[in-house]
Amino acid sequence: MHFRKRAAHVAPFLLSMASTALAQDQVTGNAFNPAISLILDGHYASYSLDPEGYRLPGFELDAEAGLPTEGFSLDETELAMSANVDDKYYGFLTAALEQTDGETSIEVEEAYFETLALPKGLKIKAGQFLSDIGYLNPIHAHAWDFNDTPLAYLAMLNGGYKDAGVQLSWIVPSTLFVQLGAELLRGDSFPAAGGAASDGTGASTLFVHFGGDVSDEASWRAGISRLSADANDRAADFDSGLVSFTGTSDVTMADFVWKWAKDGNARDRYYVVQAEYLRRKEDGELTVSVPSAGDEIGPYVGTQDGFYVQGIYQFRPRWRVGLRYDRLEATNEIGVTPPTPFVADHDPNRISVMTDFSNSEFSRLRLQLNRDDSRPETDDQVVVQYLMSLGAHGAHRF
Amino acid sequence: MKTIQMLIAFAFATAAAPAWAALEVFTCEPEWAALAREIGGELVNAESATTPQQDPHYIQARPSLIAKVRRARLVLCTGADLEVGWLPLLLRQAGNASVQPGQPGYMTASDSVDLLDKPARLDRSLGDVHPYGNPHIQTDPRNIGQVAAALAERLAMLDPANAAAYQSGYADFEARWQSALERWTAAIAPLRGRQVVTHHKGWVYLENWVGLVEVGNLEPKPGLPASAAHLAELLEQLKTQQVAVIIRSVYEDAKASEWLAARTSIPYVVLPHTVGSVPGADDLFGMFDVIVKTLSEPRP
Repeated sequence: MHFRKRAAHVAPFLLSMASTALAQDQVTGNAFNPAISLILDGHYASYSLDPEGYRLPGFELDAEAGLPTEGFSLDETELAMSANVDDKYYGFLTAALEQTDGETSIEVEEAYFETLALPKGLKIKAGQFLSDIGYLNPIHAHAWDFNDTPLAYLAMLNGGYKDAGVQLSWIVPSTLFVQLGAELLRGDSFPAAGGAASDGTGASTLFVHFGGDVSDEASWRAGISRLSADANDRAADFDSGLVSFTGTSDVTMADFVWKWAKDGNARDRYYVVQAEYLRRKEDGELTVSVPSAGDEIGPYVGTQDGFYVQGIYQFRPRWRVGLRYDRLEATNEIGVTPPTPFVADHDPNRISVMTDFSNSEFSRLRLQLNRDDSRPETDDQVVVQYLMSLGAHGAHRF
Repeated sequence: MKTIQMLIAFAFATAAAPAWAALEVFTCEPEWAALAREIGGELVNAESATTPQQDPHYIQARPSLIAKVRRARLVLCTGADLEVGWLPLLLRQAGNASVQPGQPGYMTASDSVDLLDKPARLDRSLGDVHPYGNPHIQTDPRNIGQVAAALAERLAMLDPANAAAYQSGYADFEARWQSALERWTAAIAPLRGRQVVTHHKGWVYLENWVGLVEVGNLEPKPGLPASAAHLAELLEQLKTQQVAVIIRSVYEDAKASEWLAARTSIPYVVLPHTVGSVPGADDLFGMFDVIVKTLSEPRP
């Protein structure tokens, strides 16, 4: 009896590490533990084409880019911790446990601090973080509305731009939401590469986001962003050899999101319409190394466009359906014998439909079908995915 | 580049409210905006982040709210983790140092009252439980009175030039509230001991005040929608109990309470959980007038 009473007393401490201000009369030391949350994410995927041969004609992909693993697979298991450091700073860490070919590795996704007490609506963030360009870029994979990233994000940002550096942002004191921001980053993340050769400041961004309410039921956000990156010896494999690009890679993005909920009550019925357009300009020198023929060096100018449009509809509490259309286009001028990744013989496109069920805010099961015309041949894809969120309550981002 | 310059110019043009403007109060729920207006009158401009039709658990940190928190002098919310999904994010994104927790510009109403339903066990298999206790404190008028006292002090601290006006605004409200409370207390006396079923566990403070006995909820677990299996179980349970009324708030799905009412001959009512949620509940006085009147109405 005595033990049971004690256990009941201790349990809240163990489980609510989210709360830093809990029970001030207890001196246990762990009341100041950061908010901890764990995301379990896994899927089953089936493809009608061989996923090994995945490519996007006209685009050189990052070495790790590709389709989610075929068959049963564990996706990133994400452990996040956050807390106010003191009255001036807030700290955040997400570490992803990843399994590739039987090896488990830990990757630091985001590790940054941001200021809480700068005057005039200013904020500085420093560390490694997902850049605030675009709409989807700063959103973690487990909060996406589809299992996979839009083709334009995959092709031009390797799923999302994440890098070490510093961000300055400013919220304008107006009735309309206006956020201006700039980032200076190391330049190690695709489409940048070899940040060290650019003195560790090989990428920078500028962004502006606007937003507001149209009524109690409808809200919107729109933005324009630009990423300017140095690619220093950005290498990629292709069928018959190796290709390396050195030059500049600039991505311009426009995003728009419209959300509607019946009576403004997103618990019952809502829809979200979301679209982003990305345009990338690459300019520099290409080195093509084919073992039998040696190196060939020549100029390369790439002009690439991509967009996606998607709609999500929650038609009854807990049940949602979604539809997405993706398209890419590339016009590359190459002064050497064009290697496979740069040949734009086909405009990649894809249609996706999904439905998901969320028993509570903390769990989600999803079925997604893609008719993927990334390659000239159609790939029919089926993905079943689960997402489980344990621990501290997640943030409801717009 | 030109676009960005234009945007910056535009931003400055729309920036900065004039110095004589009212004290900007950002509240998370309509009842606190109503309370700030009762005490501050013309001196405050109080706006609620949510409407009475919105479930405050399910709000997103949308751009308009970030813009409002950016300009707020006081952020007044229920607290007790009711807004845990969106308020911390709003506060972090708005870049307003004066309304961060611990600053005079940040106030949670739940700090002024004793919370009920503190869970002995925290486990999400029990639903969306709130570790600090039940956050739906506004349905007990005595709690409103306690929050009012704390709010009057806070307004005077933030706007010392008008401290006397806040004090007299509070004194006036307090006198009217006390006399209304006496009236309501007399009216609810006969209701003591009545059994009720509620949709969500959102009425425990009202039950505690009136002396109602909650024998069940339409939600199987807090935050989970009413399921057929759970309703069937509840229906069976209610056969042996004398339940006076089924209570829900306006943002909760009507189907479950209608279903149960049709099969049990227990009437269901929509009580105002906040100001503006049903006709007549136009201010805090109206809200409790409607609650007391609705509960006191004779039923078949």
